[in-house]
Amino acid sequence: MKLLIKNGTIVDPANKKDEKADILINNGKIEKIAKSITDKDAEIIDASNMLVLPGFIDMHVHFREPGFEYKETIESGSRAAAKGGFTTVACMPNTDPPIDNQAMVEFINMKSKQVGLIDVKAIGTITKGRAGMELAPIGELFKAGAVAISDDGSTVMNAEIVRRALQYCKMFGIALIEHCEDANLAGDNTVNEGYYGTMLGLKGIPASAEESIVARDIMIAKDTGGKLHLAHLSTSGSVDLLRWAKKQGINVTAEVTPHHFSLDDSSLVNYDTNYKMNPPLRSKEDVKAMKKALKDGTIDVIATDHAPHAELDKDVEWTQAAYGIIGLETAFPLIVTELVNPGVLTISEAVQKITINPARILNMDKGTLSEGSDADIVIADINKEVTISEGFFGSRSSNSPFIGKTLKGSIEMVFKAGKLVYGNK
Amino acid sequence: MVLKHLIALQDVSPEQITEILTMAKTFKEVNQRQVKKLPTLKGKTVANFFFENSTRTKTSFEIAAKRLSADVLNLAISTSSVAKGETLIDTIRTIEAMQIDIVVIRHGVSGVPHMLTKKISSHIINAGDGMHEHPTQGLLDMFTIMDKKNRIEGLTVALVGDIAHSRVARSNIWGLKKMGAKVRVVGPSTLIPRDIEKMGVEVYHDLEKGIKGADVVNILRIQLERMKKHLFPTIREYAMLFGVNTTKLKSAKSDCLVMHPGPMNRGIEISPNVADGPQSVIEEQVTNGVAVRMAVLYLMGGGKANEIID
Repeated sequence: MKLLIKNGTIVDPANKKDEKADILINNGKIEKIAKSITDKDAEIIDASNMLVLPGFIDMHVHFREPGFEYKETIESGSRAAAKGGFTTVACMPNTDPPIDNQAMVEFINMKSKQVGLIDVKAIGTITKGRAGMELAPIGELFKAGAVAISDDGSTVMNAEIVRRALQYCKMFGIALIEHCEDANLAGDNTVNEGYYGTMLGLKGIPASAEESIVARDIMIAKDTGGKLHLAHLSTSGSVDLLRWAKKQGINVTAEVTPHHFSLDDSSLVNYDTNYKMNPPLRSKEDVKAMKKALKDGTIDVIATDHAPHAELDKDVEWTQAAYGIIGLETAFPLIVTELVNPGVLTISEAVQKITINPARILNMDKGTLSEGSDADIVIADINKEVTISEGFFGSRSSNSPFIGKTLKGSIEMVFKAGKLVYGNK
Repeated sequence: MVLKHLIALQDVSPEQITEILTMAKTFKEVNQRQVKKLPTLKGKTVANFFFENSTRTKTSFEIAAKRLSADVLNLAISTSSVAKGETLIDTIRTIEAMQIDIVVIRHGVSGVPHMLTKKISSHIINAGDGMHEHPTQGLLDMFTIMDKKNRIEGLTVALVGDIAHSRVARSNIWGLKKMGAKVRVVGPSTLIPRDIEKMGVEVYHDLEKGIKGADVVNILRIQLERMKKHLFPTIREYAMLFGVNTTKLKSAKSDCLVMHPGPMNRGIEISPNVADGPQSVIEEQVTNGVAVRMAVLYLMGGGKANEIID
């Protein structure tokens, strides 16, 4: 079965391509890319005035299965991912039970295959039970297919364990992904420490809660040579530290979420729990710093931290409400609206941060439109408006602060290994 | 003016504050009569939802509502459904289904009264939410100042103590600033929240400097459990640095009012001499609280400010 995508603008940062061309897909692989291809056996898809992009990769999602299937499942999460243009995602291991052994990784892989929409990969834990006390069987997790390790949701507070884990991971070449937040400094506080928290009477998490762990882990990465990835950075101090670390040649990468470059803590004024996240929404200056760090390459990756929660988790008192928002389906429109259209990033720079960069960090042979690679392809209309509503989402949950917003940038069709997984031909 | 809700003094205009204070003056007179009851809220139901312990505020609201002839429901939360695991929203909706006109709510979490305004159609009065606001306390503090000084504009008011955790402080700051006072906050650097100066106040960490030349010193209760959070080392040290005693009070104006929202830790944030001294208006604050709450309930019940209550 052949498919020919014609007349689109191909943006493939890994191959430094940004040009009009046709793509021929054969047997789930990209067979050929050229100015003008004709093939009488192929089904033709007209991508005039559209962008043709490598399938996106989200290296930070929570699909909640097993344990919290009322919030999301691998199936509903896959649907949300496909709709957002993501053909590969990596699931954080804070499930119940957590992904801290081989059987759990195999369960995720099996479910992913059963659903068959996109590739759902597992991230294993750093420590047993995510408890921060003893190393998880990292080698076993890796052999079963874990693409990285992380105790996301919690910081590994024992620096010795971080150091040993980074050393140990070098054998497998996988990254340790740190959720950077000193548990003592953060306490049970819920918002950014600053004017809005003060005004609203909500206790603040100081920027230093994140930055002190960023600094600690950077120095441990320097010491060990291990591969460190910093999840969802939110403060200007963190990106300053990261910039310094990269200059020293330390093996460290980092991500930012769409909400941390789109929203700031002034959004909290109505106590809407869809603005309650971890890390918290920071100040306008921090948002500016995120954009600058995206532009100069300090931040490598945009990851959604897709965190589905049911109404019963969110429609409660502020302090009781769960942290996080869904992000897979609003990521591309936010990237276009907040970064590309205002000129913060070119489309190619933006696409790089959701394709080849996360692929490299996770050691995946993905994120490109190279001939011979899997035909994971997104066709997007960068000028088309999308209005976000509760019914918009493929996710099982609809905890999004972007409901009611109209954004630019629409995912029109998504192919996974040449198979249409979202949109209409 | 008809008040739909009273959630935060941040959202109330100076004109509305003036109207409430003016009306409260009338009610204060009513409260000195032999017969202290008015028929205004006859047939209306006021529910007091106190999710946190409170003696004076709950009693004050109860008396205020009863003096306006409302039926008053006091919900003891420990025996209610909340203790059985029902969500707050469900509890409140159940109560609303019984056609409550005015809900008075105190809750330990900031933002809960605000959230309720979106969930139910009753009038909501915030009787203190977390560290956010305690608007009727702010109003009664302003009423007390007005009563003694005949003005608020141009006065210097110092709020002393644990500003970070204080809803009384935030309501006082918004209200007093709107009415033209100069507001200072005085306390240990660990108990002054970040960026509070953006609310238009001056910050002091030295008690005598902070109350120097002040017309009003409003002393906040220090929660003794704050020590466990490393916010100050010992009670003794807190009392030494921030306890208001007669010597330190000399730094303020000689006719400076001393206020405290209660309950007091005598000998810690306030010395007994000051609490019971000639400048103290602490008991009057309690008396005025009833009048102010009557004014708020009255306006919510649809009463008009220009109607003569007689």
